[in-house]
Amino acid sequence: MSEKVGVYVCHCGTNIAKVVDVEEVSTWAGELENVEVARNYKFMCSSLGQDLIEEDIKEKGLTRVVVAACSPHMHEKTFRSACERAGLNPFLCEMTNTREHNAWTTKDGVAATKKAKALVNAAVKRVLEQEPLEEIPVEINENTLVVGGGIAGISAALELANSGRHVILVEREPSIGGHMAQLDKTFPTLDCSACILTPRMVEVGQHDNITLLTYSEVEKVDGYLGNFVVNVRKKARYVDEEHCTGCGICIEKCPFSVVDDVFEAGLGKRKVIYRPFPQAVPKYPVIDTENCVYFQRGKCKACQIFCPTNPNSIDFEQEDEMLQFEVGNIIVATGYDLFDVSRIPHYGYGRLANVFTSLEFERMVNASGPTDGKIVLRDMESVPESVAIIHCVGSRDENYHEYCSKVCCMYSLKFAHLIHERVPDAEVYNCYIDMRTPGKGYEEFYRRLLDEGTHFIRGKVADITDAARYKEEEGKIIVQVEDTLIGRQRRLPVDMVILSPAMEAKPDSKEITQLFKMGCDFDGFFIERHPKLDPVATMTEGVFIAGACQGPKDVPDTVAQGAAAAARVSGLINLGTVMVEPVRASVNQEICSGCRICNNLCPYNAIIFHEEREVSEVITALCQGCGTCVAACPSAAINGAHFTNNQIMHQIEGILWDVGNGNGRVVEPEVVPA
Amino acid sequence: MSEQFEPVIVGFLCNWCSYRAADLAGTSRVQYAPNMRIIRLMCSGRLDPQFVMKALKEGADGVMIAGCHPGECHYVEGNIKTLRRFILLRTVLRQMGIEDERVQLVWASASEGIILARAVDKMTEELRALGPLRWKENVLGGNGHGPGVGIEAEMAYEEV
Repeated sequence: MSEKVGVYVCHCGTNIAKVVDVEEVSTWAGELENVEVARNYKFMCSSLGQDLIEEDIKEKGLTRVVVAACSPHMHEKTFRSACERAGLNPFLCEMTNTREHNAWTTKDGVAATKKAKALVNAAVKRVLEQEPLEEIPVEINENTLVVGGGIAGISAALELANSGRHVILVEREPSIGGHMAQLDKTFPTLDCSACILTPRMVEVGQHDNITLLTYSEVEKVDGYLGNFVVNVRKKARYVDEEHCTGCGICIEKCPFSVVDDVFEAGLGKRKVIYRPFPQAVPKYPVIDTENCVYFQRGKCKACQIFCPTNPNSIDFEQEDEMLQFEVGNIIVATGYDLFDVSRIPHYGYGRLANVFTSLEFERMVNASGPTDGKIVLRDMESVPESVAIIHCVGSRDENYHEYCSKVCCMYSLKFAHLIHERVPDAEVYNCYIDMRTPGKGYEEFYRRLLDEGTHFIRGKVADITDAARYKEEEGKIIVQVEDTLIGRQRRLPVDMVILSPAMEAKPDSKEITQLFKMGCDFDGFFIERHPKLDPVATMTEGVFIAGACQGPKDVPDTVAQGAAAAARVSGLINLGTVMVEPVRASVNQEICSGCRICNNLCPYNAIIFHEEREVSEVITALCQGCGTCVAACPSAAINGAHFTNNQIMHQIEGILWDVGNGNGRVVEPEVVPA
Repeated sequence: MSEQFEPVIVGFLCNWCSYRAADLAGTSRVQYAPNMRIIRLMCSGRLDPQFVMKALKEGADGVMIAGCHPGECHYVEGNIKTLRRFILLRTVLRQMGIEDERVQLVWASASEGIILARAVDKMTEELRALGPLRWKENVLGGNGHGPGVGIEAEMAYEEV
């Protein structure tokens, strides 16, 4: 073997050099077999650092390069490009992680230096076995799937559609709009939520470039970046969309109502054939078959009888439709749910009538809500004289969710303002831990509330009860809280309590991640590719996330993320063809014995069997390079490019340089430097 | 001068979850035992049990295999295959007299840097208590005076 390896040990300023003796490592590396040159430098990723590599390749004829520095997730691309520029195949460059996995995790310089040597040795032995590889081109389908029709999905869809790209928008509920459609006013401007949302909704509904599928769910996703095949179930509305004019007579004439748990948050009712809200897009109603007298007992049919269109738009025989689409990219914008406040029994929700959740209160103050915008108690009549608003319900709490839900302080202040506006004489108490108002105009909004005479009590509410201790507390709800600013326990007798629960991930977020092959964290929020620098991409190429499904956030941030995801997708579509890493498997058909063990192991169904020749073959385009088949082959007939058995075995040998040869280890006393 | 035995652990970490978890532990400056030397695989499903045997043969006192949590594998179900192989491997290792603590399977998602770090600390202490593996003497049953006369397992990888 006459390979010439260049080894470059990075100081990373003092990040690595403070713990690892980089001089020692590079000197030691220089003595290794096949190593032509070994250097150490302050910042290998800088242009000067990269120049070192490029010059050595050209002048010393290096055939392999090892860089001991940070994580390959940081700079693998940087060093591969440097090699490529100097004429060396980028896959003949190997990085080893002496920073995140070594220098940053220990203060023991001796151990860290020994570990660094092991890692460098392993990389040298591995790189000697590496082969030159070429990247593979993948075509990107121009269509995009957006899952979720809330403000995030709507923003993403419109950005793409307006730039001339075709989008398929799938929404589970009968109408798009998401939670934002349920809100009354939005902070801090107090814009009416429906007024700013509905024009977007209508634009989506009428856009030539958007195929809108509501009351539909994605059931299966196959394929990979640029080439996804998606199966969508369009659930039966029992209304014929071809002929329905949206006149609403069916809704008027339907004799039966049920409590609306979804849109009205349980505060109001809806008919059994219904539109979720008056401005719903699309306008077609839906029949709730579980409560429909016709579907349950075969009677009524009032909707069909009164439907004025010809042919009739009510179709009781309608069935779910299965649709299939080919798309290049997917944006998941499935949104959030609110923390279930009944999990905190001492806050009295469900037990005490006049304890409300934020969503119930939003519906109450909404002009088109169940109380026509009047703030009333559960009896739908009495007006409260005093209201307590409780922040941080289920958030910033070890017992439920540790995170801060970001928006609750702002919407709690908004509620306080709305109460002052509509019930001017009411006393309003906001019980908070910290006032978090970081956005544009948010702090100014808080100041406004201070001027409006809201009582702010800094303390986490301990108890909400109707057990009166004194005469003044009878008939009231008592909020027990420590006012930490004056250092006293207080009992606030109020008529109404509003709980501000945390934004939570949807309960089926785990299933969604499995469907789209991405990850979610402990709290159920989807994991972004990088928490700072890549908030909309996921670990899976071609799948992006936007909005509250990634973490609690307000409307401006949600819209920004929707647009960001759309921009990314647009970029990929513009490229047309994307080059992807050639880390793929291939079957050596001469060695393959046709046992077919590998065939069923592939999660991408990328392995086919040739009956005539009785050998298996990996379809390169479908292979994602996981290597499961490589490990499973009993004949070692499958080659996993860039992660071959040979390469890894040599890497193992190299990494155990100081304990090798299986002779058992001699425990040497460590020499502590004087 | 202390003569404390420092176990050497070879870690096989999957690129997407566990390797990133180790990265996160480093970025967050979590301090943990420097005894694990990491080899990157694209997926824990790539782990051929022969890698484990090779590592132990070459002098490692223990091997940690780390991957994504079941259901979260970047390649859908590679980690499930790892789990199956691991269970079988453990049976084989037990027959060779290798203690359970020496080869461990750990699930860590990309945000669980601390969990991985603590797993390394725990394994290091367990191996410290068990002592060095001494493959040739203890596993192959050599005479202890140098390269043992024992049955060397034939490694299929030599072909590739």
